[in-house]
Amino acid sequence: MAPLDVDRLRGDFPALHQDVNGHPLVYLDNAATSQKPVQVLDAVRRYYEADNANVHRGIHELSRRATEAYEGARNRVAGFLGTDDPAEVIWTRGTTEGINLVAASWGGENLGPGDEILLSEMEHHSNLVPWQLVARRTGATLRYLDVSDEGTLNLDQMDEILSGGRVRLAALTHISNALGTINPIREIADRVHAAGALLLVDGAQGAAHGPVDVAALGADFYAFSGHKLCGPTGIGALWGRRELLEAMPPYMGGGEMISIVERDMSTWAPLPHTFEAGTPNISGAVGLAAALDYLEGVGPAAILAHEQALVAYALEQLRPMPGIRLFGPEDPGARAGVVSFLLGDAHPHDISTILDSSGVAIRAGHHCTQLLMRRYGVAATARASFYLYNTRDEVDRLVTSLETVRTIFA
Amino acid sequence: MTTDVPLTSLYQDLILDHYRKPRNRGTLPDATVEVHVRNPTCGDEIRLQLLLEDGVIADLRFEGEGCSISQASASMMTSLIRGKPLPDALALGSRFTEMMHADADAATDGSLRDLRALAGVARFPVRVRCALLGFDALREAARQSAGEAP
Repeated sequence: MAPLDVDRLRGDFPALHQDVNGHPLVYLDNAATSQKPVQVLDAVRRYYEADNANVHRGIHELSRRATEAYEGARNRVAGFLGTDDPAEVIWTRGTTEGINLVAASWGGENLGPGDEILLSEMEHHSNLVPWQLVARRTGATLRYLDVSDEGTLNLDQMDEILSGGRVRLAALTHISNALGTINPIREIADRVHAAGALLLVDGAQGAAHGPVDVAALGADFYAFSGHKLCGPTGIGALWGRRELLEAMPPYMGGGEMISIVERDMSTWAPLPHTFEAGTPNISGAVGLAAALDYLEGVGPAAILAHEQALVAYALEQLRPMPGIRLFGPEDPGARAGVVSFLLGDAHPHDISTILDSSGVAIRAGHHCTQLLMRRYGVAATARASFYLYNTRDEVDRLVTSLETVRTIFA
Repeated sequence: MTTDVPLTSLYQDLILDHYRKPRNRGTLPDATVEVHVRNPTCGDEIRLQLLLEDGVIADLRFEGEGCSISQASASMMTSLIRGKPLPDALALGSRFTEMMHADADAATDGSLRDLRALAGVARFPVRVRCALLGFDALREAARQSAGEAP
């Protein structure tokens, strides 16, 4: 696998080439959202300039083209996920909507008192709160997997919970947004399935950092967002196994998702449109497909290897720093491009402000993982997250800026 | 934020001193008012307890969790308003808010005492809410003690 030609790739991302607070921008907040290459921006603009119309209804040329672009993008996502059935791909606003859809629709239909949903302490709030809502509505119970000191899931504990025979669905993240931990999804899927339960995978981070093959992973549902993998905001996809999706009631009602509408009741359009009420985010779908083309050109496996090399280098630089506390697996091969840390008694917001003043953008806060923060007894961490366009020089800039934090908070 | 604002304007020694050695930190068993405010965007929080006697802040304590700016500001505020009538304390809060909106007169107003060290925060707009959290708690406490719904 050839290493990434990062200098050439950086040329594709206009937003990277600017000064922030008098210094060249070092963008290390990629786990929050990625920057966008010109290929994606051009695809969205071309769509609006040449093909813009509503989909699936106009009997005119532009509507035909818009529909073709929209459904073509769906095929592109299906290919990305390794499925040959595009009807299993539901467009959403992003990962959050995908998980809410399954929780409300599948959960509302299949859960009841005594049933259990298996989550973990490292889940993002978007993979917790939807389950809390449906548990309250159906009387189901939430069970939680602990996270180890090093930031991994305890699979023995999973077996113990599964052996109770009450778990109907496990909803777990592919890659932790706060720690970078890559969870062993295949192994988890086998155990979950052996217990007769389903597995939903939160792919918000997972889809951005490497190849995804939902069949190989053993997922029953996989939700991801476009904006974390070079695509536009406001577009994402939920993949689900056809027989599961076909048995689920619609999530929202409206145009586009119906077949025949009567005064009291209607019939639904077939998959995938059952779950796509209203005029969809057509340009977003086009942009997401362009982003997937872009990533494919770069090589998803090479992206993960590049991130892991940067994490290894960053950990090497940070470990000796006095006062540093690092979170997540020690082995860079067990994580994606995320480094969460604390430094002395400097609060993460102070760290972030000081870094920002030298043009280094990181995230500071609870990362929408308050359960995980509580697990480690902290209110917040600072998080640097890398992507395909980040360099070792940028890691050096991060480290140098952290020396400024140490000086101020000496 | 404007280009290249020196960080020294933000992280003055006095601020770090209040952050590390907060004044009036703790709990007040005989408090007459207690409020808990939180900045949902960053999670900073402050619990403020007042002992009001005839409209005067006879004693007060705070506890909190958050960045140096939010915690130092709360500490400075408690030192400033202890022993003052509540309306005077609220007026100082308004003056401090003006300073956070880059009012140059407010920044040199001696009545704000240690809080003047926070004048530099006005040049870091995303941190202004942190600095105001302590006085947010005071305003909430004033509303509660006046018997209004929070």
